[in-house]
Order: sequence, then C-alpha cells, then structure tokens
Amino acid sequence: MPNFSVLRGEAVLLLGESGSGKSTLLSLICGTVHADAGIVRVAGTDVSDYSGGQRDRFRAEQIGVIFQQFNLLPFGSVLDNVLLPLRFAPARRGRVENGPDEARGLCAALGLPDLLATKASTLSVGQQQRVAVARAMIGRPPIIIADEPTSALDATSQSAFLDLLFAQVRAHGTTLLMVSHDPRLGGRFDRVIAMEDIARIERQAA
Amino acid sequence: MILRLAIGSLSARALTVAMTVLAIALSVALFLGVEKVRTGAKASFSDTISGTDLIVGARSGSVQLLLYSVFRIGNATNNVTWESYRDIASRPEVDWIVPISLGDSHRQFRVMGTTVDFFERYKYRQGRRLEVAYGALMSDLFDTVIGADVATSLGYDVGDPIVVAHGIASFSEHKDQPFRVSGILDKTGTPVDRTVIVSLEAIEAIHVDWQNGAQVPGQSTPADVIRQMELTPKAVTAALIGVESPLQIFALQRAINEYPEEPLLAVLPGVALQELWGIVGVAETALLGVSAMVVVTALIGMMATIFSSLNERRREMAIFRAMGARPATIMGLLVLEAVLTAAVGALLGVLFLYLGLTVAQPMIDSAFGLWLPIEAPSIRELWVLLGVVAAGAIVSMVPAFRAYRLSLADGMMVKT
Repeated sequence: MPNFSVLRGEAVLLLGESGSGKSTLLSLICGTVHADAGIVRVAGTDVSDYSGGQRDRFRAEQIGVIFQQFNLLPFGSVLDNVLLPLRFAPARRGRVENGPDEARGLCAALGLPDLLATKASTLSVGQQQRVAVARAMIGRPPIIIADEPTSALDATSQSAFLDLLFAQVRAHGTTLLMVSHDPRLGGRFDRVIAMEDIARIERQAA
Repeated sequence: MILRLAIGSLSARALTVAMTVLAIALSVALFLGVEKVRTGAKASFSDTISGTDLIVGARSGSVQLLLYSVFRIGNATNNVTWESYRDIASRPEVDWIVPISLGDSHRQFRVMGTTVDFFERYKYRQGRRLEVAYGALMSDLFDTVIGADVATSLGYDVGDPIVVAHGIASFSEHKDQPFRVSGILDKTGTPVDRTVIVSLEAIEAIHVDWQNGAQVPGQSTPADVIRQMELTPKAVTAALIGVESPLQIFALQRAINEYPEEPLLAVLPGVALQELWGIVGVAETALLGVSAMVVVTALIGMMATIFSSLNERRREMAIFRAMGARPATIMGLLVLEAVLTAAVGALLGVLFLYLGLTVAQPMIDSAFGLWLPIEAPSIRELWVLLGVVAAGAIVSMVPAFRAYRLSLADGMMVKT
C-alpha cells in the first residue's frame, strides 16, 4: 500500500466489498497484524517496529474499536463492557475520574436509558451497538475505528446510530475511520475512500 | 473486574462448567475418602493392641504369630508347652503374662481361652481397656464373655447357652459341656469383638473326653466331675507379656528366641503390626493410586471441555484483543477460569467428603469396626487440594496455549 492517511479529527469512510483488504488494513492500524514492509504510523507514532505487546498496549490507549455486531461480552454487565478497555489502558483510565459516572454519562449521551447493571446479552442489537460506541469513546482515545457498525441495523436505526456516533466524535475531536460497503453513508463523512483504489495501487506497486 | 468477567464467562456456560466441577468434586471426594479410610484403617490397625510388650508363640513367622494371636486369622503351627510358659512367666523381667489358647470355635467366631488378667492387660487404641457392657466376667468354669460382634450377629444375651465346636469350621461339637454367656464386652473395633472368651481351664475341661481331635466314643464325664479335676493346661497357643522396664524388652525377646528347650518366637507387636501393614498396605496404596487417576481423569475432562469451548469463544477473545488485551492475557484468563473451576470442584469435594463421612461414619464403624474421625482437613489433605488446583492450572495450559495461538492469528477479526 503506497500511501494512505487520515488526518487528526477527520471522519473518513472506507468503502469496499468483503475480501478487498479492509480487514487487513484495520488490523494493520490496530496492530494485531504486523506489516512485513513499509511504515504504519498511528496517532503520530510509528508502530511498525513495535513488539506485539507494545502494539496491544498502544491499541488499548489510542484506539476505540466498534465491530459489526457481537461487540459485547454477553455475560458481562453494560458497565463491565464499557469499562473493559480501561483495564488494558492505564493512560485512558487516568483520564476517567469515576468509571461508572463516565459510563453513565456516555450512555445517556448515546440515548440509552440507565442500563449499567444490565447483562449485555439482554440488550437489543441497536442498544448493544450504542454501548459499543460508549466503550470505544471512554477515556477519549484519539481514534475510533468502526468496522461496518451499522450493517446489523435497519435503515432508521442506522441513521440514528450515525447521528449519535458523529455527535460524539465531533464533540471530542476524535478521528473516525469507518469501514462499510454501503456508499449511501458517504454524505456525512469528510472524505470517502474506495478500497479498490488503494488496493489497485498496491497491486501495481507489488 | 477480570475475575468478575471470568466468573461471568463461567456462569454463562453454567451447565458444562457445573458438570466439570461435579466431576472434579466427586473425584476429589473419592481421593480424600480413600485417604481417610487408609489412614483410619492404619490407625485402627495399629490400635488393635497396645500396652503389650511382647507376644510369644511357637516359632513361626512374626506376622503369622501376630495374625493368629491377635487377629485370630490362621492357625498356630505349634503350641507352647505349659512348662515353657511357666519358665518364661517366672523370669525376672516379666511383669505380667497372659496366656492365650486358641483352636476351638463357636459358629464363625473363634473361642479363646485365657485368664481374667486378659481383661485387665489387653489394651487397644492407646491404652483403652476392655469394658463389660452387660453382665460380668467369668465366675464359673463354664462361663463365657463374648465380644460385641458375636453378641449382635448371633443375637446373644447374658445367660444364653453356647456350645463350642471342636476346631474351626467343624461339625463335632463339645455338646456335653455347654457354656453360659456371663458377659458381653463393649465394642472395641478390634478382633476381640469377634471372639468368644472362656477361661483357660474351660478349654481343658471341654477336651477331657477327647483324644487326638475326636471324642472318645461313649465317654462323657459329667460337668461336676470335671469341676473337681485338675485342669492345668498342657500347652497354650501364645502369650502376651508385659515387662518390668522397657529396657528389658529386647533382652527378654532374645532370651525367649534362644530358649533351649523349645523353639519359641517373641515379637514386638508394634514391629509385627508394621510388618503386616507393609503387606496389607500395598492394596491400600493401589487404591489410592486408582483414585488419584480418577482425579487426573476429571482434570483431563476439564481440559477437553475448555478445548471444545474455544471455538465458540473466539468472538469473546476477539473482543478482548480489540480492547488491547494481549494474547497472554487471554491465556491467563483461561487458566484463571480453570483454576476457579478446579478450586470450586475441590472445595465441593471436601464438602461431599464431610457429608459422606457424617452419613457413613456410624455405618462404617458398626460394619467394619473402623472409626473415621470427622476433623478439620489435615495439612496433607490441604496439600492434596492445592495440588488439584495446581494440576488444573497446568492441565489448562494446553487449551490456553491454543487460545493464545488462535487469538494471535485471529486478532480482532474472527475468520469463521
């Protein structure tokens, strides 16, 4: 991949069909996959030479992740789930004064009723995705990576979900990199990049 | 929070986890139970006779002498003549001596001829004395005192008549000289419970009309004639000896073993008991080994359960990884779960053990004369429990390592 960059505070939509290399790109940024060649720079830091453990720690501190679905540990409470990243990220933990209060605030901002003690598996899919946003946002990591977070939602919920997500990232100046196969979502983002374009360049380069 | 999540994850798979815990609990209870029975058996075994310094009999093996004189198992190959007995009894080292004469039986129980000193000198369980539960000790020539098991299994009461059979498992009975139950002993958990005790003279008395192991045809001396007779025995089977000073035990033992007139054998009961336990104990050790294997099987079962749960838990592991958990953390989480499972299983096993003991203790005591004390777990048992938990941790390393590799490969994206 020759060059792909996202600016700080930018909201970027990465469009691509499955198998186009989206997941690999996200894994590279998150540091669960190591780049054989080239440089991966995340939040201003070159993570290419980081060891596995360093990359895990870096991810915990810098990146909030939202999956397509099954975001939550089903047996944990909402509070457990929201606070989980702090467990692995001391700096993020340091920014949160009172975990439950912070979680409650985030959930309220995301339009969730007070569900902190509820078991995650009892929530609806829409609620689960919003809890996932709260979890990604807690401790204000500079980057949010979302892998098709709306694909499990119906059209109305999709729109409502994106409203809430954008409200959060805009409010805190968070960089958002979202992956989707749905071009209709593009209007809200600062920039839309098609995966084919990057991948093609990559193949030519290779 | 990690602990809470581990518990949460376990309770989400409550049924399989419960089965695993149950398997571990049962195996631990079995292991500890066998251990309890083993130590209990060993204790009650070595408690069979105490306070006796030497057992003397005709020369054979020390275990054999112990078996027939104390446990009433097997037979003496030879007797000790009355002259030798008197000789030993008159030695200065001897504080007391109690003769034992065996050879006859009543139903399935052995008859033992002895003197009333026996009731005073025979001690068990660290110096406990035989106590008469009902009735009294022998006062008449044809009186008998029976052990607790004899009384309960044959339904005898004080005053009941008893006919002694000649030899063991024999059909020829000493019908002409019936005995009367004068007393019943308290239960002791020793072979005394299964013994019919008569006086040494009574053994002579019932054999008055007998020669070469058979009753002389047509000859039946009336009881009151027998009472007038001189009933000094010609021989005894064995004798229990107490010495004046413990320092003399070995000197006396040597003197008896080198007794010139007759080949005799003197053994220290403790030493012979240990020797005998060395033989019996092998079976106990084998039993312990088998139950240890059951524990291992249960732990391997746990390992299999963890293995089979790995696939359905890849999503869970991906979430942990996305949150920044290292693969090693995930491995630790699985080991933690296994440790929790094993620990709960071990504790439940202890609970099962005590429940079982509470229920079975009186039954085991009455059926086998084996008293299993209900007491706090011993240091050894605590080590066993700790070992089970540690073994659980070690065994879980295998699937945990696989989870490590899986989560390293999967990262945050589960490729299904």
